[in-house]
Amino acid sequence: MTLPTNSDAGRENFRTSVIQLERPGDPSVFGEQTRAEAAEIIARYPIGQSRSALLPLLHLVQSEQGYVTADGIAFCAERLGLTKAQVSAVVTFYTMYKRVPTGEYLVSVCTNTLCGMLGGDEIFAALGEALDLGDNETTADATITLEHAECLAACDYAPIVTVNYEFFDNQTVASARELVAALRDGERPLPSRGAPLCSFKQIERQIAGFHDAETLAPDANSTGVPTEVGVRLAVERGHTAPSYAVERTDRRSAENGAATAPPTAPPTAPPTATPTTSAHDAPLNTSVSDPEHPQDSGGDAKPEPGSAATAGG
Amino acid sequence: MPLTPVLTKRFGTDQPWKIENYERLDGYTGLRKALGMTPDELIALVKDSNLRGRGGAGFPAGMKWQFIPQAKEGEPAKPHYVVVNADEGEPGTCRDLPLMMNDPHSMIEGIVIACYAVRAERAFIYIRGEAVHAIRRVTAAVEQARAGGYLGSNILDSGFDCEITIHNGAGAYICGEETALLDSLEGKRGQPRLKPPFPATNGLYDAPTVVNNVGTLASVPYIVLGGADWFKEMGPAGSPGPCMYSLSGRVANPGQYEAPMGSTLRELLELAGGMSRGKELKFWTPGGSSTPMFTTEHLDTPLDFDSAVQAGSMNGTSALMIFDEDDCVVRAVKKWCDFYLHESCGKCTPCREGTYWYVGIYERLEAGGGTEEDIDTLLDLSENILGRSFCAFGDGATSPVSSSIQYFRDEYLAHVEGDGCPFPGARALAGAHR
Repeated sequence: MTLPTNSDAGRENFRTSVIQLERPGDPSVFGEQTRAEAAEIIARYPIGQSRSALLPLLHLVQSEQGYVTADGIAFCAERLGLTKAQVSAVVTFYTMYKRVPTGEYLVSVCTNTLCGMLGGDEIFAALGEALDLGDNETTADATITLEHAECLAACDYAPIVTVNYEFFDNQTVASARELVAALRDGERPLPSRGAPLCSFKQIERQIAGFHDAETLAPDANSTGVPTEVGVRLAVERGHTAPSYAVERTDRRSAENGAATAPPTAPPTAPPTATPTTSAHDAPLNTSVSDPEHPQDSGGDAKPEPGSAATAGG
Repeated sequence: MPLTPVLTKRFGTDQPWKIENYERLDGYTGLRKALGMTPDELIALVKDSNLRGRGGAGFPAGMKWQFIPQAKEGEPAKPHYVVVNADEGEPGTCRDLPLMMNDPHSMIEGIVIACYAVRAERAFIYIRGEAVHAIRRVTAAVEQARAGGYLGSNILDSGFDCEITIHNGAGAYICGEETALLDSLEGKRGQPRLKPPFPATNGLYDAPTVVNNVGTLASVPYIVLGGADWFKEMGPAGSPGPCMYSLSGRVANPGQYEAPMGSTLRELLELAGGMSRGKELKFWTPGGSSTPMFTTEHLDTPLDFDSAVQAGSMNGTSALMIFDEDDCVVRAVKKWCDFYLHESCGKCTPCREGTYWYVGIYERLEAGGGTEEDIDTLLDLSENILGRSFCAFGDGATSPVSSSIQYFRDEYLAHVEGDGCPFPGARALAGAHR
């Protein structure tokens, strides 16, 4: 049989790649305020568990420098008492930590199967051509970084493009071209769902967990036709879930007087089936609160063929 | 088959993510009722409801809760944690994001009830980093819940304390695997742990931990209000409740359709207005790309955790990606293999190397130069990945490969005989993102 070889072009496993740092890094480039914010992040986690703060800390240094630099790595290592090697190992594992300067707008085109086949592949190719960029490259004016993305969890709005992770739904080659042209002209088109656009650094700051009343965008749109299509159809057809009585113990709801118990519908006849569970998800029976199931086999069973799909749900 | 909106019932109402609107639509009444029960009564209720984990594996949630070791009377309580898996990323899956973006409080209400039941005072929500709008909605909702007395100390005068920490990921599908998620939450590379021990005894910070999916926890307030029997009125007894089916691809009206577990594609397609461009259904996934694909043979297969397994697949994340006769199955699977290669964490050799080999072979099949022997190599590879890695990721990677060869071997052969993809346009775009 003929097997692929390492010389096959351009294919690499992102997560096992290495990071090249040109210099040791200087944590002191980050000022007093960043150190205070780092302390704030560390305080979110239980005492003695400061390492949990590493992911948000990396988002924080990225929000200042536009990518994770040697300085950023040195800063996180210093704040958490880790080695730079430990921090670098984490940086290389996650796709959102950028290793080269990123533009003001990170344009991500979903090229996973569903979006890709509904037009995402054409959109990615067209944007690459329009901007003269390959995957993970940035325009010379530092406005746009183009990347292909894996499933962005919006398949019902396919094909999906995100700008700084905000959803631009149901894109076409033409609409995506217009979108990046507007961005290059200094405009900020409104996302289909999500808050008004900010810069890549500003969105990284939000992902690091720093919000204010404006960034929380309480009135920004969250929904669209696919999100609501089922509930709307249910109303149209008079379909409802079986009803139950809501006990009105809630002071505020009672004052509002909104009796919105779900309306009634005929229950479906429940056929029976043998429950099966995934060995991958079976905890060990050790609970003293479960005397009927003392310590026993508890899940060291061999994975069965097809016992997958625990990841990413 | 009627639609049964429960988790989605507030979608499309006036800004349901705001606490005042949530409260007006029965929000936090489940928590009030729960705090009047004992923790053991709550665990018994959820067990009795047979709520099965919505994240994909379908493990009974009440059992997970019960596995948490509790201190005997007089013993000091050790820390326990509830961790919410909000790292949605399985290809085709688009259910937890709209839920968090539109109705974040139902999840938060479920978290507080779960914490009370398993006697945890701290919960962590691990949200996918790219899901910035869900992060905003959940962040605001946690603040509102704290201000409303539903979080913090002495919740609703019950004496129970509970805090929630939001932890945003950084782009790694594998962190949806619960032990990889825990490592990531501890600030490490998100690589799965060897099990046992399971998180129920040795989870976050080596403490007993419940890891539940967003939809699982969001179901809990309704079960508390409606009772186990109400929940079991929907769907089969072994796999009951309402299910958010997410239809995408070649359907007229893609989107979220919440119907009883055990609904069929035929029924769901009717709701979604049929196929989108007048073509015949060809292949589809019942629960994301990691569940073996189905074909027209399976239009009447009930989609619940048990029936889907009996039919040779899984209910997974109830993400139905639907493709028609003009879609090339080899191209579809190639692109899924690109995804599995990109997302393999690299810990286990069969998965890391196997996904690499998959992609090389699929590139050949699509671009030309593939051989009939390649098809056997794909099956041989699948056999050597399946069951030979720590977590279910490797198993999932084999699902589209082996199931597509099972149902569409002729189409693979056509790729060999035609020296490349016979579908117009596909060849030019093979590997477009490189």
